Amino acid sequence: MRIVKIIAIILLVAFVGIQFIPTTRNQSDTVPETDFMLVNNVPENIQNKLQVSCYDCHSNNTQYPWYNKIQPVAWFLEDHIKEGKAELNFSKWDSLSNRRKASKLRSIVKQIEAGEMPLDSYTLIHKKAAFSEEEAKEVINFMTQLKDNL
Amino acid sequence: MKNLKMSIAAVLLLAVSFTNAQEKKKMNHDHEDMKMDHSKMTTMKNDAKTETILSDYFNLKNALVADDTKKAAQAGSKLVVSLKAFDTDSYSKENQEELEDIIEDAVEHAEHISESAIDHQREHFKTLSKDITDLVAITGTKNTLYQQFCPMYDKGSAWLSTSKEVKNPYYGSRMLKCGKVQKTIQ
Repeated sequence: MRIVKIIAIILLVAFVGIQFIPTTRNQSDTVPETDFMLVNNVPENIQNKLQVSCYDCHSNNTQYPWYNKIQPVAWFLEDHIKEGKAELNFSKWDSLSNRRKASKLRSIVKQIEAGEMPLDSYTLIHKKAAFSEEEAKEVINFMTQLKDNL
Repeated sequence: MKNLKMSIAAVLLLAVSFTNAQEKKKMNHDHEDMKMDHSKMTTMKNDAKTETILSDYFNLKNALVADDTKKAAQAGSKLVVSLKAFDTDSYSKENQEELEDIIEDAVEHAEHISESAIDHQREHFKTLSKDITDLVAITGTKNTLYQQFCPMYDKGSAWLSTSKEVKNPYYGSRMLKCGKVQKTIQ
């Protein structure tokens, strides 16, 4: 019984301890000129969908959930955002060449088609982020059109 | 007596500095020769680098033809390295920008290929093939290549091959013969 108590105390101390380790937050007040929404004529419904489903991990501005400040959740989020932005950052869209844009648009379409994006771990909590069949079709059509007009 | 010593010393000094200067001049000259050799060498090295990129690309293509995910992934990793090693210095400014753009894009696709399942590898191979085709259009290659085309995969997809015979990397054994030679690149 004593050993259980000791382990519980150690875990508690560790849990409290890691709360003090700082994480970088992905937040910005300004929308840069290179943002996907600013340089493309994006219909409002698609804008909303991208904002809710993609921008948390694929832009310079994350709408953090309330629990984001609790470790180890914050680490998990930080890691995902870093990875997501490295792959595709909508805030820097217009700094890409046409070749790179075409590549990204192709990947966007493939990922949505295959249901790989948004991630299941994300839509589990952000129910609104999931794509309905109709929404997926709209976004895919829009992205395909954008690619064909490059 | 003192004067004589001084003048001998002065003459000696002059002589030493003169030979020294001449040697320096010679060294400069050597250096220029070396520089010229160097630029010749970079183009030669670059040709070699283009061929390495192509050989990695063909290994990747052959792995996809053989439905071999693991080999394709390995070829993808090698391609990342050979693409990054490519030096654009000897090209015109316009071509440099184009080449850097192509390489950046191709590296990303090769990276994905190195860590994905076969369907994904084939998706990325499509765009990668376009990048490599555009690269060769600038750099040239010493071998004859065949641009082949399959109208069925993803609304039509092309790839490069060293042989006229069609072996489809997008379908592998499922539809090995689908496609035709679209263009010969020399």
